[in-house]
Amino acid sequence: MSTLTADDLRARVGELLAAHPPASTDRLEFLRARFDAGLAWVHYPAGLGGLDAPRELQNVVEAELAKAGAPDNNPRRIGIGLGMAAPTILRFGTDEQKQRYLRPLWTGEEVWCQLFSEPGAGSDLAALGTRAVRDGDEWVVNGQKVWTSVAHIARFAILVTRTDPDVPKHQGMTYFICDMTDPGVEVRPLRQLTGEAEFNEVFLSGVRIPDANRLGAVGEGWKVAQTTLMNERVAIGGNAIPREGGLIGMVSKTWRDRPELRTPELHDRLLKLWVQAEAARLAGTRLRQQLAVGAPGPEGSAMKLAFANLQQALTGLEIELSGEDGLRYDDWTLRRPEKVDMLGRGPGYRYLRAKGNSIEGGTSEVLRNIISERVLGLPSEPRVDKDVAWKDLPR
Amino acid sequence: MSDLLYSEVEEDLRASVRDLLTDRAGFTSVLARTESAEPYDLKLWRTLAADLGLAGLAVPEELGGQGASYREVAVVLEELGRSVAPVPFLGSAVLATAALLAAGDTELLPRLAGGELIGALAVPLTTAPDAGFPGGVSANTEGALSGSVRTVADASVADVLVVPAVGPDGPGLYAVEKAGATVTEVVSLDLTRRLADVSFDNASSRLLTSGPGVESALRQALLVGAGLLASEQVGVAQWCLDETVAYLKQRYQFGRPVGSFQALKHRLADLYLEIVSARATARYAADTLATGDSDVPVAVAVAQSTCSAVALHAAEESVQLHGGIGMTWEHPAHLYLKRAKSSELALGTPGRHRAALAGLVNLPPA
Repeated sequence: MSTLTADDLRARVGELLAAHPPASTDRLEFLRARFDAGLAWVHYPAGLGGLDAPRELQNVVEAELAKAGAPDNNPRRIGIGLGMAAPTILRFGTDEQKQRYLRPLWTGEEVWCQLFSEPGAGSDLAALGTRAVRDGDEWVVNGQKVWTSVAHIARFAILVTRTDPDVPKHQGMTYFICDMTDPGVEVRPLRQLTGEAEFNEVFLSGVRIPDANRLGAVGEGWKVAQTTLMNERVAIGGNAIPREGGLIGMVSKTWRDRPELRTPELHDRLLKLWVQAEAARLAGTRLRQQLAVGAPGPEGSAMKLAFANLQQALTGLEIELSGEDGLRYDDWTLRRPEKVDMLGRGPGYRYLRAKGNSIEGGTSEVLRNIISERVLGLPSEPRVDKDVAWKDLPR
Repeated sequence: MSDLLYSEVEEDLRASVRDLLTDRAGFTSVLARTESAEPYDLKLWRTLAADLGLAGLAVPEELGGQGASYREVAVVLEELGRSVAPVPFLGSAVLATAALLAAGDTELLPRLAGGELIGALAVPLTTAPDAGFPGGVSANTEGALSGSVRTVADASVADVLVVPAVGPDGPGLYAVEKAGATVTEVVSLDLTRRLADVSFDNASSRLLTSGPGVESALRQALLVGAGLLASEQVGVAQWCLDETVAYLKQRYQFGRPVGSFQALKHRLADLYLEIVSARATARYAADTLATGDSDVPVAVAVAQSTCSAVALHAAEESVQLHGGIGMTWEHPAHLYLKRAKSSELALGTPGRHRAALAGLVNLPPA
């Protein structure tokens, strides 16, 4: 790690801004220059958008750039690339792969999606059956993936496949980078209970992937996928929010503005949720303080569970607090959003969308298993599938 | 933002308190004492209060204390919660001491801080910070007190009582020596925290403070008590979780450790999540109390309503998940259940604190 200080970084940001004034520079050009200056993600290696600096110094860069009105790289739209693909490529990619993919990924020129879940492999991801068969310098891939956010705008995907069905399921997987424009890749919108199609199904029919696009060794796909999934959970609960930030603020405001909707029972529930939201906010703050001093606690795995519980209870309350309007919905039109817009839609949308919070990125049930086994050290459930070849598993 | 972590100094303090309590307040001895003639371990109290100086942690050095802060007091309470040690810490080192600090007293404080005297704040333990000034005890023009107060924590071992009483010129805080009061110990739901009814019949007293600030002085003492009790509740909850996890790992039924059943694992994971939140709220309350932050009333209401419920849930789960063993007198779980249920009522119930919060954060009732 380098010995860069906050002041060094401020000076580097100053140089970047002087050479590329945000007001008169094209957005993409600015972002590329920022990447090349090592100010994209300062904890990444030099030459790959970083400076080998401590991760927490990124905040210094962000604050300086925000002050100068510099464009951002729209991290919510490209969140899967930033949060999951990038750390995996950094850890397992070849030098060529890192040089080719990381820069356009970070600037948002190339959007990434994640081809992990399948209709028969959700919580039990290691059961996946999308086959990749070697053919010379290429692999031929056949199978179906599901719940794939932003697949319809993605240029690349991180993809886990089955390459050896004769060994137990956690072995015999291989991890690839898949070009979404290749022949045989078909993306179909998957309409959700909210009316919109935030996710897709992706059908892979005879897709040919060069061996050069493999990440990690053949058969080591599970290990690579673990890196991706660990980074997914780290990304959750990242930013400091003020008191009454998010949905609790919206519901509290309705309570204050619309006295005619108040009942004693709703008051009781609102106060309980207010306390719960404040407690979760403080727990998130404590977690960030632990990370900042380099002592991450096991609390992180609990925060996603807390968030899902809270969002679901709050959105349910919000509908009831809406009175007659709670019976109405804002828009059932089939749309294909690039990101989830919880605050921009109506209470009905929020209620329905929040149901996904306890399913996406690991169900609450799986998270409870992780907490009880890895944090509390309780014994795992007996596994009947551990030593059985994948092809012999009941399905 | 407040520092919600434990400092190294605080972790050292925790370690030394835990070592001492492991040695001297093991479960068997705590249980045996509950039915003895000496339900409180005053020898242990002297070690904690006088030898280690923990009774005066938050008292300035010039008043005979350690000059630390309420953050450190909270750490001690967390450990006392873990062990349900039978010592009058909450009554003396927290409530009475906070009242004397708020009253600007300089005579009694050094003696309480040094562990020389045990104090108690003569209010029912159920009193919430926003309860208003109590009217059960009155003072005449000579300062003699008459009246009574029920269910006072730690009064049975107190050498001196800090008494809110209404005199001819309005409310005041008075100090009464043990000899001037009639203290009748009552049978307490919590076997390890003793309660007593206290009455005064023309008891001679010393006026500590009166005038416009006295009501807020009492409220401040109750806020300190309620805010720090949250840390004790975190300790209770953590013990219940730790003990239950340990038990479920070694108890076999249906040919597997009971802890491998998902139905039970999920309940413990939820409990863990609750404790993560509870600890953050308790730390925040302790930190705002330590720094005198203007957010104290909100922080205390959030911490109390969270930690009361979490400690109780943890204790109830502990009894249930221990099965038949959890119902027995010989297993410690019941001591924690009794402490948790009593603490839920102490210094304001969760509902009471939420009602206070409604006013503080402008969420008016229907």
